[in-house]
Amino acid sequence: MAVNKVPGRYYVGRKMRSRIYKTIIFVVLIVLSVTILAPAWWMVATSFKSMKEIMTTSNTFWPKHFHWHNYVAAWEAAPFTRYTLNTAFITLFVVLGTVISNSFVAYGFAKIKFPGRDWLFSILLGTMMIPGFVTMIPTYVIFTKIHWVGTYLPLIVPSFFSGAFFTFMLRQFYRQIPNELLEAAKIDGAGHLYIWWKIMLPLVRPALATVAIFTFNGAWNDFLGPLLYVSNESQYTLQIGLTTFQGQVATQWNYLMAASVVALLPVVLLFFLFQRYFIEGSNIMGGIKG
Amino acid sequence: MQLQPKATTNAPTKNRSLSLRTREKIAGYIFISPWLIGFLFLTFIPLIFSLYTSFTNYDITSEMNWVGFKNYITMFTIDPLFWKALYNTTFFVVLSVPLNTIGALSLAVLLNQKVTGMRIFRTVFYLPHVLSGVAVYLLWMEILNPQTGLVNVALSWFGIHGPAWFFDPHWAKPGVILMQLWGVGGGMLLYLGSLQSVPESLYEAAELDGAGPWQRFWNITLPMITPIMFFEIVTGIIGGFQVFQQGYVMSTASGGSPGSGSPVNSLLFYNLEMWNQAFVNFKVGYANAMAWLLFAIVMVLTWLNFKLSKRWVHYEGGDQ
Repeated sequence: MAVNKVPGRYYVGRKMRSRIYKTIIFVVLIVLSVTILAPAWWMVATSFKSMKEIMTTSNTFWPKHFHWHNYVAAWEAAPFTRYTLNTAFITLFVVLGTVISNSFVAYGFAKIKFPGRDWLFSILLGTMMIPGFVTMIPTYVIFTKIHWVGTYLPLIVPSFFSGAFFTFMLRQFYRQIPNELLEAAKIDGAGHLYIWWKIMLPLVRPALATVAIFTFNGAWNDFLGPLLYVSNESQYTLQIGLTTFQGQVATQWNYLMAASVVALLPVVLLFFLFQRYFIEGSNIMGGIKG
Repeated sequence: MQLQPKATTNAPTKNRSLSLRTREKIAGYIFISPWLIGFLFLTFIPLIFSLYTSFTNYDITSEMNWVGFKNYITMFTIDPLFWKALYNTTFFVVLSVPLNTIGALSLAVLLNQKVTGMRIFRTVFYLPHVLSGVAVYLLWMEILNPQTGLVNVALSWFGIHGPAWFFDPHWAKPGVILMQLWGVGGGMLLYLGSLQSVPESLYEAAELDGAGPWQRFWNITLPMITPIMFFEIVTGIIGGFQVFQQGYVMSTASGGSPGSGSPVNSLLFYNLEMWNQAFVNFKVGYANAMAWLLFAIVMVLTWLNFKLSKRWVHYEGGDQ
């Protein structure tokens, strides 16, 4: 390289400059990290404070006393155990439905040739452009007519019919798998169902994990769906429970934050456990979308 | 191809291969049938129904009557809340989309440097994007509390008297935008992926030509990531026009009821007004007319975006 021909002093200067530059970036990143994490820490800190401490203007990042009891009190002030179980129940089925149906449909679009396939696939892509609200009201009317409103069916059943986004994503993964593998299995007498279940699914497992994790997050945090279809208090999900809880204990910010921390806990745990899939998953989607 | 000689000499094989092909077709339709059924009942029929009812006075309970363009005319000429909602939503999109783009891109550039602990930094910046739902809205009500909230407390360290945020109609929307910006990590990751796919050889060549860091950024990095930027802006605008939950939940920050758009309709976003018309006032026909107008606005903006993209989006493989 040309750099090597330059006298030593210049080379050292260059190295120095790069070290200073890296230190500056490091410091900037630390400051930004603290800024970004501060709200999350504020939430945890508030959840341990007494109401008296919250109301005083000299707010602190570290609670004077840790009021662990806030968590118990908040949890008992509303049927949160019920809400959590309800949310977990819905989330489980939505994740199951999404992973199965999207991987099933994507296989059809990726590996089987049939008339009208490409045409149908462009319709699938086109549906991504339709704003949710255009179909929301008629869908609500349909679910009312078949008496599904007030049950979890409108929240769960649609996930078994696959959607554009994950179908598109999984199709890209299937297409990377060589067709020779498929042909070999066919010669051995395997049908498509067998090939999909026994050969393809194990090969795209990381992609399935990505779909499952993103779906879990979406379903756990879903607000609009339950707001629309759930009417009975015993059926409330965590998200709906939190909004009504806010009305009941309007000034009890410590309780609100305690309940919020618990509601976010599964999402945070999942994030740290499967961090790789989150980070890679977003990149995968970025690659496809771009 | 290899089967061809066999097929011409042996009739039964030909028949069998035909039936195989038919079976292949059937298998294809079976595999995509969940989507086809879902598309028909959850998208296509609702879409037609929605368009039809937008020309009626449908209210779920009583008889539906054809009213022509009445809903659309009422929207434009009589309903002040419609204009307010459209203004609020436009305000949100115009501010949040550029801020998100700049924020996500700057973070991505920072995180693309070779500095120790990068994995941890990436995780930290992505975390807020994962945290969503009502808990986060509640958190931001607390953070943007005028007296005791973190933001105003931090501003007071610098002698700045912070605004009343959700208690002030002028500051409620900026509050929502700030909250939105916290989750910028999602876009950041997309940009990071695209930054890392820029070929190193381009930078080396530019460096040999004597280009400084800024020149390299403007002339190499930025053009190379315009496809992702374009994608983010298009989806950002489409998503921005559908802002709902933030308005619905944050209406309660100043003591209003959920979905009221409090303070003084400053958080009454388009989708919120549509929700109120459909599920509070039961004017389903009117709400559907609003939905279709939104659909039209989003489609026009997307089309415009694609038109304009020819001037600034750079595709390595030529125009697509």
